[in-house]
Amino acid sequence: MFRARSIQSSLSIKDKILSIDYILVISIFILGLTSILAMYSTDGGELKYHTKSHILRFFVFFSMFLTLSFIQIRFWHSQSYFIYILFFILLLGVKYFGLTSSGSKRWLDLYFMNLQPSELMKIGLILFLAKYYHRTSIENLNRVRYLFLPVVVLIAPIILVATQPDLGTALLIAAGGLTVAWLAGVRVKFFAISGLAFLALLPIAISFLKPYQKSRILTFLNPERDPLGAGYQIIQSKIAIGSGGLFGKGFLQGSQSYLDYLPEKHTDFIFTLFSEEFGFFGSLFILFLYAIIVWRIIKIGNITRSNFGKLFCYGFGTAFFIYVVVNMMMVLGLLPIVGSPLPIMSYGGSSMMAIMLGLGIVMSCKVYKDTPVN
Amino acid sequence: MLSPSSGNTVIKSKLIGRRMFLLTAAKAIVTFGIIGRLVSLQINERSKYKTLSDKNRFREWKLAPERGVIRDFFDKEIASNQQVYQVHLIPENSKDIEKLFVRLKTILNITEKKLFYLRRVIAKQKPWEPIIVSDNITWSEFSRLNLFLHELEGVKPIVSVARMYPDNSSAHILGYVSQVSSKDLQTKKYLKDLHVPGMSIGKTGLERKLDEEIIGKIGFQRYEVNAYGKRIKQILINEGQAGKSFKTTLDFEVQKFTSELLKDKAAAVCVMDVYNGDIVSLVSSPTFEPNEFVHGLDKTYWNSLIKNEMKPLTNKTIAGLYPPGSTIKTLVALSALENGVIKPLDTFKCEGKIELYGEKFHCWEKDGHGFVNLRKGIQRSCDVYFYEVARKLGVDRLSETAKKFGLGKKVLNGFIEERAGVVPNTKWKKKFIGQNWYLGETLHSGIGQGYFQSTPLQLCLMTAQIANGGFEIKPRIIFDKKNNNLREYIKYKNENPNDPLPTDLLVSNFELKPLFKNQEHINLIKDAMFSSSNEPGGTSYRHRWEDKKFTFAGKTGSSQIKRFTEAQREAEVKQESLPYKDRDHALFVAYAPYNDPKYAISVLVEHGGSGGKTAAPIAKKVIKKVLERHELRKRIDSLLGEQV
Repeated sequence: MFRARSIQSSLSIKDKILSIDYILVISIFILGLTSILAMYSTDGGELKYHTKSHILRFFVFFSMFLTLSFIQIRFWHSQSYFIYILFFILLLGVKYFGLTSSGSKRWLDLYFMNLQPSELMKIGLILFLAKYYHRTSIENLNRVRYLFLPVVVLIAPIILVATQPDLGTALLIAAGGLTVAWLAGVRVKFFAISGLAFLALLPIAISFLKPYQKSRILTFLNPERDPLGAGYQIIQSKIAIGSGGLFGKGFLQGSQSYLDYLPEKHTDFIFTLFSEEFGFFGSLFILFLYAIIVWRIIKIGNITRSNFGKLFCYGFGTAFFIYVVVNMMMVLGLLPIVGSPLPIMSYGGSSMMAIMLGLGIVMSCKVYKDTPVN
Repeated sequence: MLSPSSGNTVIKSKLIGRRMFLLTAAKAIVTFGIIGRLVSLQINERSKYKTLSDKNRFREWKLAPERGVIRDFFDKEIASNQQVYQVHLIPENSKDIEKLFVRLKTILNITEKKLFYLRRVIAKQKPWEPIIVSDNITWSEFSRLNLFLHELEGVKPIVSVARMYPDNSSAHILGYVSQVSSKDLQTKKYLKDLHVPGMSIGKTGLERKLDEEIIGKIGFQRYEVNAYGKRIKQILINEGQAGKSFKTTLDFEVQKFTSELLKDKAAAVCVMDVYNGDIVSLVSSPTFEPNEFVHGLDKTYWNSLIKNEMKPLTNKTIAGLYPPGSTIKTLVALSALENGVIKPLDTFKCEGKIELYGEKFHCWEKDGHGFVNLRKGIQRSCDVYFYEVARKLGVDRLSETAKKFGLGKKVLNGFIEERAGVVPNTKWKKKFIGQNWYLGETLHSGIGQGYFQSTPLQLCLMTAQIANGGFEIKPRIIFDKKNNNLREYIKYKNENPNDPLPTDLLVSNFELKPLFKNQEHINLIKDAMFSSSNEPGGTSYRHRWEDKKFTFAGKTGSSQIKRFTEAQREAEVKQESLPYKDRDHALFVAYAPYNDPKYAISVLVEHGGSGGKTAAPIAKKVIKKVLERHELRKRIDSLLGEQV
C-alpha cells in the first residue's frame, strides 16, 4: 500500500495537469477579470496606471500560482521553516531599511516592486504551524512545552508588524496562526487563557496605539462622531453601497468613487466601488465567487491525505475567508477600518503575491494529494 | 511498513476534520450576516443612501433674480436697475484667506471693520457659497481687480444689476431697498426659499409693499462636484425669473415739479384723481437719497437723516399726523346739513369770540365776522360760526361723517408706515383716554383741533370725494385698468341722479356708494369752497386762478401746535415771529377745475403759519402743472382703455 502511494509521487505531467482543480482555477480567473473591471472603473474608465499594473500583476501572479501547483508537496513541507525564517528576515529588514508612507513603515524596495513582507508572513506563519503541528504527536499537542515554539513564532512577527504600525495586518496574521493551532487540536482553554492575558494587557497595548488608531476604533463605535474626519470613510462607503441599490448605478457610473468621495478605492474599498456600480446582485456575485474559492480550498483539504496538507488548506482557506469577510465587514461598517485588502480584488502586489502563493501550495496539495510528506 | 505514528495520524486527521466542520458552520453564519447587511443597505435603505449620495454629488448656487422696475403713469422708470460691479469671494477656492484680504486691501477700498464682518460671514457659511466682498465698486477699481486677478485665488469679479433711482423726488412713496437683515428672514415668509446672499429687499414704501412680487423668482445652477469641491459638470441651470414690473399712477414730472416747490420746507403734497382715486403725486419733503441705501448706508449720512428735525425719513403724506384744522369745516358743515341741524341760510353772529361752558373760544378774526351763514362761514373760515354748528351737531355725528369720508383709517393698502389718525368721539375718548367727553372739546373738534389727527392723503381723499359729487372712491397708486370708466359713471350719476344707469356703463358692475343723503348738500359745500378761493374775502382769494381752465375751489386751514396765550392774543403776535417749532402747520385742500372737477389736492407745510399764505400758493402752482398735463394723461388712459 505504501508502495502504491509512493508511486504517485512520480506522476506523469499529464496526470498532474488533469488533477488540477479547475473549478478553483476558473473561479480565481473570473475574480481576477472582475477585479480588472473594477480597477478600470477606479481609473475613471481609462486604461491608466492602476489598471495596467493590476492586469500585469494578476497575470504574473496567476501564472506563478499555476506553476507553484506543480511543486512537490514535500518541498513545501521540508522548506516550511526556512520560508518562515526568510519572511521573518524580510520583516526585520523592513524595520531597518523599510520605506515609510503615510506614517507607517511597511515596504521593502526591491527595485522592480515594493514588497510588503507582512502580507507574505500571513502565509509563512500558516506554513510554519502546519508543519509544526503535523510533526507534533497528539499526546504532546497540549503540553505546555510544545506550546512554547508556536507562541514565539506567532508573537514575534505580530509585534514587528503591529509596530510598523499596521494593526490590521498584524491581527490577520494572528488570525491565520491561531486557526491552524486550534484546528490541530490545541485545547480551547489555552486560547481562553491567552485571551484573558491579552485582555489584561490591552490597556498597555492601547497606550502604545497611535492616536489615529485609537480614533479609528472610536469612530467605528460611532461613525457620526466626526463625519468629516475619521468617520468619513465609513459614512462615504455606506452611502456608496446603499445608493447602489439592487442593480447598481452601472459600470463607470459610480458617482461616489468617480467624484472621489470614496477613499482608498483601489485598495481597501474596491468592494464598495463594485457594489455601488453593480448593486446588490453584483455584491452577491463577488460573495459567491469567494464562497466557491473557499469551498474548493476546504475540499482540497478534505481529500489531501497528509495532516500537513490538511492543516495548510484548512488554515489558509479559513484565513482567506477571514480576509474577505473582514474587508467586507469593514466597508459595510460592521468593523473598524483596520486596513485589510480584499484578496485578489484589491490593488497591491504583495497581497496578490501572498494569496497566489497560498493558492499555489493548496493546489500542490491537490496535485500531490496522496503523497506522504515525510 | 506503516509508521508507528500512522494510527496517531488518523486520529489527528479526524480531530482536524471535526474542528474544520465547526469552522465551516461559523463561516456560513458570518456569510449570511454579510448578506443580511447588504440587504439592509442596498435594498431596505437604498433611497436614504441614494439621497445622501446625491447630496454629496450636487451643489447648488443660487442666482439672485433681477428686481422688477417701477414705472410712472407715462411708463418712465422711477425705480430702475443699473449695472454694478461687484467682488465675490468663494472661501474654499482660496488657499489663505488672510493673505488674500491683505492683497485685496491694496487694490480695493476695504475697511478693517468690513474685513471683520467678512470673517464672521465666512465662518458661518458653507465654504463653497460665495460671499460678497463689495457690492458696488467703481469701474477703475473693477478693472484694477481684473488686472491682478491671477494673484487673487477665490475672488470673482461679477457684473450684476442693482436698484437705481433716477431721482429722489419720489423717494418716500417708492421707499428703498437694502440688504436682507436677519429680522427680515424671521418675519417675512416669502423670503424663506428665496434668500440669496447679497440680495436686496424693499424696506419701505412701494418697494416693501410690492416686494413679494417685484423680487422675482430665484434661479440656480446645479453642478456635480467632486470631493474636493471642484465643479465637474453643470447638471442644471435655471435662470430664475425677473421680478414683475409695476406701473403706478404717479406722474414723474409732477413729482419733480412739486418736489422742487417744497424744497427746504417740511411739507407734503397729495394729488388725486377725484373719480378713480388715482394718486398723481405724493411728495414729502425734505426728501432723502434712496440710492444711498442700496449698497450699505454710510453712517454719517444716516445720522444726518436721523437728527434732522424736519424728519426727512418720514413719509409725511401717509405717516405724518396733523390736526386737519379748518379744512375739516367742509365736513362739519356737510354733517350739520345732512343731519338737519342747520339750514344753509341760518346765521350766527361772530364777535371775534364766544364764551361757552365757562371758557372763551376765539375766532381767528379778532374783530369778528359779523353775521355769518354757511357759505360765508366756509369762505371766511369763521371759527365762531363753526363753534355754533359743532355745538348743535355734537361730536358723535361729526365723527360719523368724517369717518365716512375716509378720516381716521388707513386709506392705502399695504404700506406699513401709513398711519390711521384719529377721529375723536365720546366712545373713543372713553376707550383711549379713559375720560368723559367735555362739551368744550366738541367745539375744538368743530374747527379741526383737539384730538383730531389726519394725514395729508386722508384730507386729499376727503376733498376728492366732495369734488366728485359725494361718491366713495378708493385711492390707488398701482395702475389698474379696472374702474377706469368710473369717471363717466360718476358724471352720469351727477347729471342724472334719478335715472337708471345706461347699460354700457353697467359693464364693470361695481357698487357706487354715495356718501350723502341729499346731493344738494354736497353742492352747497362745493359752492362755498369756490367762494373761499375765488370771491373777495375768501381765505385764499389772493392765490386764485382767473383762467377758468385752472380755477380751483379750496379750503385753507392751519393747525395749532401750541395754544395762544391770552397775552399773545392781546399783543397780536404774528405767526412769523414765533419760534419755528411753535408755528402752526399750514394746510390747504382744493379741487380743480371748479366747473369740471378732475383732481383734488392737499398741501401741508409744517410750521408754515397760515394755510392761505403758505400752502395755497403751492397748491396753485401744482394745480396748474397737473391740469396742463391732464390731456396727456387722458390720452394714455384712453389708449389703455382700448385694451380692456
